[in-house]
Amino acid sequence: MGSSTNKPELIVNGKRLDGRAFDELRPIKIEAGVLKNADGSAYLEWGKNKIFAAVYGPKEALPKHTGDPEKAVIKCRYSMAPFSSLEEHGRSGPNRRAIEISKVTKEVFENVIMSENFPGTEIDIFIEVVQSDGGTRAAGITAAAVALATSGIPMRDLPYAVSAGKIGEHVIIDLNKIEDNYSDADMPMAISPRTGNVLLLQMDGSLTRDEFKQAVEMVKKAGQTISRIQREALKAPYEKISNKYK
Amino acid sequence: MQSVNSIKSAYIKEMLNNGVRSGRGFMDYREISILTGIIPNAEGSAEVNLGSTKVLAGVKLDLDEPMPDKPNEGNLVISAELLPLASADYDTGPPSPEAIELARVVDRGIRAAGIIDTESLFIEEGKVWSVFVDIYIMNYDGNLFDASTLAAVSALKTTRMPKYEDNNVIREGKLGKLKTKGIVTSCTYAKIGKSIVLDPDGDEESVMDTRLTIANDDTYIRAMQKGLSGSFTQHEIEELVDTTFEKSKSLRSIINKLSD
Repeated sequence: MGSSTNKPELIVNGKRLDGRAFDELRPIKIEAGVLKNADGSAYLEWGKNKIFAAVYGPKEALPKHTGDPEKAVIKCRYSMAPFSSLEEHGRSGPNRRAIEISKVTKEVFENVIMSENFPGTEIDIFIEVVQSDGGTRAAGITAAAVALATSGIPMRDLPYAVSAGKIGEHVIIDLNKIEDNYSDADMPMAISPRTGNVLLLQMDGSLTRDEFKQAVEMVKKAGQTISRIQREALKAPYEKISNKYK
Repeated sequence: MQSVNSIKSAYIKEMLNNGVRSGRGFMDYREISILTGIIPNAEGSAEVNLGSTKVLAGVKLDLDEPMPDKPNEGNLVISAELLPLASADYDTGPPSPEAIELARVVDRGIRAAGIIDTESLFIEEGKVWSVFVDIYIMNYDGNLFDASTLAAVSALKTTRMPKYEDNNVIREGKLGKLKTKGIVTSCTYAKIGKSIVLDPDGDEESVMDTRLTIANDDTYIRAMQKGLSGSFTQHEIEELVDTTFEKSKSLRSIINKLSD
């Protein structure tokens, strides 16, 4: 967050450093069902982010006392590979940041998974960031939603996530790494598109009330694109098969 | 699950006893593909698909201090993670003995073959490069040893060398390659009943009595590891060494063809 004195110019001639407009997403690509052993999986490229998500379950909750007789227990592990960033070698294993992200991600999916259908079980969600370039928690949630849908676990909705933020007086969508490091605000959100309800909201920096409203609108507009890409990824394997028999 | 396994085990053993392996010969590899440079943020990277086994290796180079007993050499650190994504049998938490064994066997082959000249990683007194190789198991379907060695060596062979200028590490722009020498690969065999097969898949590993990994370059055996409670005869091992020198030619040629 942007208090550094040698802050780079993030907006040049009305465009962002990577040439994007303020309300423009990075390119997103999702492939469903990429890991054979998982019950559901997805691989996502979002700008330079590269993320695998996998789902195992519902299966018997272990150890047994962690189970809930009324519903499935959702567990989530977000983690970043030690070679995922352009900087030095990271420490392996989840740090405090990763543990917090795992927690808020789990809470997103507790909202949409129909866990009451699977008492006494657990559903494990694993998110592995193999290359990172800002916005990995949002990208991870977007990928995990596709992995869950691929696994066939019933959900009330297919959530998406994306960050909005602020550079100078400009509200922007989908911050990349350098924007994230030096921006004046960063606000990741996850939304249930059917209801518009907010499932994840974090923010730090400085936003006026008007800028906040503008940022939420930008998230929802970008969400239409993200939702479409998620649905297309879910359809793609079946279209491949049906095209074969045309 | 237990009963499913015993049926599967009986079936695989019966087939092998009759000289049949599903889809390939006893000494055949599954299809191998290697992609390099897939993680541009890392200095080197490779994805290996060996049948349905999927392994990712990433290489980072950092400034570091030398080990007190080797003040003129850099460090090579190889680790492996059996990610919980890769199999329902893998748990979260600290590295399991299996993951540590995997990393150490891969490490021994690479170190013994002198793929990395650690003296070339010396910068100045008290300052050296450390080379970190992280092996990420993304999907398990047997033979992690050979897939991981292929991934680690392919990643190292295509690693770019950062520069150290004015107390800064430069990781982008025009960079040379990390200095490497030769190629090491490994061949892993599973003994199931009286049969021995190369490149066991997940089902075969679930019923194997014992396992042998032999790592070699074009001249020498560079590392070996026998695993599990079964045993090999001396004669079997000698034959497998011969087979390994034969089979490793095609593995080395795959790595030789990698573009970077």
